[in-house]
Amino acid sequence: MSVTEMFTYIQGFLTADQDIREDIRKVVQILEQTAREILTVLQSVHQPSGFKDIPSKCLKARELFCTVQTQIGDLKTKFPVEQYYRFHEHWRFVLQRLAFLAAFVVYLESESLVTREEVAKILGIEVEREKGFHLDLEDYLAGILIMASELSRLAVNSVTSGDYGRPLRISNFINELDSGFRLLNLKNDPLRKRYDGLKYDVKKIEEVVYDLSIRGLAKEQEAGGDK
Amino acid sequence: MSKREGDGCTRKRKTEECVNRSSFVIEAFRVFQQELDTKHDKYERLVKLSRDITIESKRTIFLLHRVTSAPNVEEVLNEAEVRLNAVRQKISHIAEELGEDDLYQFHKAFMSGIQEYVEAVSFHHFIKHRTLISLEEINARLVFMRDEKTEAKVCGRSLWPGACVLTFQVTPTDYLLGVADLTGELMRMCISSVGNGDVDTPFELSNFLRQIHDGFSYIGNVGPYEVSKKLHTLRQSLGKVEDACYTLRVRGSEIPKHMLADVFSNRVPVLEEDD
Repeated sequence: MSVTEMFTYIQGFLTADQDIREDIRKVVQILEQTAREILTVLQSVHQPSGFKDIPSKCLKARELFCTVQTQIGDLKTKFPVEQYYRFHEHWRFVLQRLAFLAAFVVYLESESLVTREEVAKILGIEVEREKGFHLDLEDYLAGILIMASELSRLAVNSVTSGDYGRPLRISNFINELDSGFRLLNLKNDPLRKRYDGLKYDVKKIEEVVYDLSIRGLAKEQEAGGDK
Repeated sequence: MSKREGDGCTRKRKTEECVNRSSFVIEAFRVFQQELDTKHDKYERLVKLSRDITIESKRTIFLLHRVTSAPNVEEVLNEAEVRLNAVRQKISHIAEELGEDDLYQFHKAFMSGIQEYVEAVSFHHFIKHRTLISLEEINARLVFMRDEKTEAKVCGRSLWPGACVLTFQVTPTDYLLGVADLTGELMRMCISSVGNGDVDTPFELSNFLRQIHDGFSYIGNVGPYEVSKKLHTLRQSLGKVEDACYTLRVRGSEIPKHMLADVFSNRVPVLEEDD
């Protein structure tokens, strides 16, 4: 094979590669748009009026997740499934956002941590690599960490809206998460960087809880709930 | 006072409750911990293999540079072949480590090693055949037979029991970057062969380099970012080789052969400075 032939072959490969990337980028752009729409729907829980009808917001978000499912289905057709990691960078960001949104919806509904299987189900993808387009563990964890900072914001805003019980529950939840993340041996990668931010969320929520408890506000709520 | 105690009580009860409830979360994270650790360990093993491959390939290249002055070319080539076989053995470990995993998931871990290997093997091929080794030729040599022990283990989960061949595929991008590195070696080889009074090799090399250069220009910026960076270095190498050929042509007839070495040994330090 002559040098020219060899380079022509490589050039063909590179062009094909670029075409695939272009296709992926287009779909990912649409996916990002939907993710923003879901975020907008969920953002309204931070407003005083939003606290009243969290369930309806969650329902609306769930509907939008159906759109996400078809869009991800579209993305799956753009590249050979066994080359997931070759193009991973293109959808990594949006998948983390979507994992965060799914986790946030589930938290608002049931105040519990979403499992990886559940996120995968909401997004219409797989958990294990062998089965096809899947949710990478690190992307799932990154999504959970984004949710943690959203929850610390929610704690502040729920006090403003007069819901004094919620910060305590959030505090418990975040502490659980923190001890969970402590179990992981993270490398010096983006996930680790994001995890380093978790302690500020924990601190923020603890401050809110402290403020409530020295004013007897938290206790009141709890007494009402317990006795 | 009593209020404080009461507070303490709730706190305590709270943490207990928290631990109980958390068992699910903690369990989940224990699973994650294992999964992440397995992945990181694998990554580290691959990095180590890649480093070994890099070192061994570099040594092979140094060995091959002795070809220009060696009395027995065959001997050097054979020794290089032996070394390359050792490198291939290491690559088979990578292939084994990857198994059915996605090649690209751990690509970063071993890509530098593979590029160095491409450089070494293509250099060897060039000295032997004076042509550019093709990607298929490289990949054809990276097919390994599993030895008995791993065979039993792996074939258990493999779908077809006969599939005991292990392959490793060099990606076109890695190939391209490896070839770009090769040009630097060729430039060095050109200069040193002139120093040895060999007046034919430089012309051959400059032809070959020009072809590669044309190939890279053809690809241009379609390729990854690193390619355009290497193209710049390639241009410099080509310039040096073309300069050397020019000097040979102009002054070659004037200078007696045994003095050629002196002319170029004066030039070489200048050339290597801007490397």
